[in-house]
Amino acid sequence: MTFEQFIFYIFATVTIVSAIGVVTMRNPVYAALFLILAFFTSAATWILLEAEFLGVVLVLVYVGAVMVLFLFVIMMLDINIDPLREGFIRYLPVGILVAVIVAAEIIIVLSSDTFNMAIPDPMPLSYSNTKALGEILYTEYVYPFELAAVILVVAIIAAISLTMRKRNDKTKRQNISEQVRVKSKDRLRIINMKSEEKQ
Amino acid sequence: MPEYLSEIAPAYPEIFLLIATCAVLLLDLFVKDYQRYITYIVAQASLLFTAWLVYTATDNATVVTTFNDMFVADPMGRVLKISIILITMAVFAYSRPYLKDRGMYKGELFTLGLFAVLGMMVMVSAKTMLLIYLGLELLSLSLYAMVAFRRDNKQASEAAMKYFVLGAIASGMLLYGMSIIYGLSGSLNLSHIATYLSSQEAVMSNLGLLLGLSFILVGLGFKLGVVPFHMWIPDVYHGAPTAITMFLGAAPKIAVFAMVFRLLAEGLGDMVIGWQQILVLLAALSLFVGNVIAIAQTNLKRMLAYSTISHMGFVVMGILAATEAGYAASMFYIITYAIISMGGFAVIIFLSNKESEADELADLKGLSTRHPWVAFMMLLFLFSMAGMPPTVGFYAKLSVIQAVVGADVIWLAVFAVIMSVIGAYYYLRAIKIMYFDEADKDIAPAKAGFEFGALLSVNGLAVLGLGILPSFLMSICVASVNAIL
Repeated sequence: MTFEQFIFYIFATVTIVSAIGVVTMRNPVYAALFLILAFFTSAATWILLEAEFLGVVLVLVYVGAVMVLFLFVIMMLDINIDPLREGFIRYLPVGILVAVIVAAEIIIVLSSDTFNMAIPDPMPLSYSNTKALGEILYTEYVYPFELAAVILVVAIIAAISLTMRKRNDKTKRQNISEQVRVKSKDRLRIINMKSEEKQ
Repeated sequence: MPEYLSEIAPAYPEIFLLIATCAVLLLDLFVKDYQRYITYIVAQASLLFTAWLVYTATDNATVVTTFNDMFVADPMGRVLKISIILITMAVFAYSRPYLKDRGMYKGELFTLGLFAVLGMMVMVSAKTMLLIYLGLELLSLSLYAMVAFRRDNKQASEAAMKYFVLGAIASGMLLYGMSIIYGLSGSLNLSHIATYLSSQEAVMSNLGLLLGLSFILVGLGFKLGVVPFHMWIPDVYHGAPTAITMFLGAAPKIAVFAMVFRLLAEGLGDMVIGWQQILVLLAALSLFVGNVIAIAQTNLKRMLAYSTISHMGFVVMGILAATEAGYAASMFYIITYAIISMGGFAVIIFLSNKESEADELADLKGLSTRHPWVAFMMLLFLFSMAGMPPTVGFYAKLSVIQAVVGADVIWLAVFAVIMSVIGAYYYLRAIKIMYFDEADKDIAPAKAGFEFGALLSVNGLAVLGLGILPSFLMSICVASVNAIL
């Protein structure tokens, strides 16, 4: 076993264990933290594959932005997880059975000759993964790239149209321009009245 | 015109639709609630113009690729795209009164619908697995949001959640299968994969390829809604607002057919023995489960959902024949089925009013005395689903069964006929309820605008006309399949 393989197996094991943690944890905050760990170790695996840029982006975007927001949401919502977990034990045997069968089949296939491929040579030191991605992203892959952008637009439209509620006009709010333009006579009314006689 | 522009000319319809969709989205911001018809008309006009662009972009014999061999414009894509667009236009027109009654008549719904059409068009003309996946995601994401659009309705939210979770699992399966095929063949491009497969000696004993193929088939099975991957169909069809169910059950089916054709026939054509065996099982199970369980349904939308499952069994039958006649028969089946199912849901929309959804079988009682013409249209749709001449359903079923017999899977053809006979029971029961049962209570006659009535009549007569003269559409299907294979 080379050193690289050793590192790979460590990261792969941590990824799998933390992925199991995501679905089995009772506390959603722990589950989210396990997901962050899974993202970190997958980023490490990508870096092992010489895809440094993708590894860095995975950490920056998913761990740095998405998961932090996600944690915020979990903490603000205070989800009661118990009703969601009803039937977990009841379905567990079937689930494990299916998982074991699928895993066994995949292991048989993966250990067959098909996947017995030569290890590719590492790229030379001057190779830059970032540059290679940049060169094809806007040229060869411009069509899929634009479509990915369209998918994000749809996600935004869907999220907004599903969550936005029109405020009714009973809410109290300030209208600053009106406040600034106000004149003393709008506020103060001077009434001419006779003084009352002394009794 | 600069040269680079003429190079992307085959993709003009998609590009135009994207720009028009964004324009509709922005336009809707400046439109007041009572002027919403402006959004509607602009959306319909952009769809119509896109259809015209598809029609003029290529002719019916050439195959053009662009975007670095990722996008293909071929005769089959042309026919499927035009059908998708026209059917979506009809669905928009049908659903207007329903959406207005339920406070769903908003610009976002049309925008999402247009994005879904864009996704379907991308799927239809995808030449790499990457684009098949991106188009599918664009379509699915829009559909999830459309199903959830009535967010205060518990049933609709539940349906959207189920659809979302199962759809995500299916996409994951599909992606995993694609990644294995990509890892082995070294390319995402379908024609490169086909070349790779034909250069391999023993494709069917290559365990890796078989693993990839089975995951892809599971993903496709979910998206088609064939047994045993059908669990989401009844719940989603029942829970979603009827207008959305109508959209869901018509145009996307055509796009999914294109996806199955591109992946299995064009990309993995050399593994035909592998996917044929699996598809035989899926088709037989779908025919059985769809037709038998539909008998027990009392809800019209659920009944139509199970009927969809059995119809998808027929579509799969045509594909598994793996002959040109088979593909053409499937293509004919899916286009005509989209037209028929749209009509069936339109009648449910017609009977529904502001207060209630008329989606129970009992709501059809006495329809023939209340609205004889609508009842006759529904009769045509149900006859067509059951596969009775002279409606188009008969010819569609006949051509699929002929293709299967031609491919020497005669037991499946016999089984399909038996299952159709069983299925005819619940279609005829609905007709009996319409024509021979008296309404329990006085029901106020349903009102519908001229547009709705005219569209329903055209839809019903199209089912009849295509049944009497099927060769018009069939010859287009055969020619477009022949031009590719």
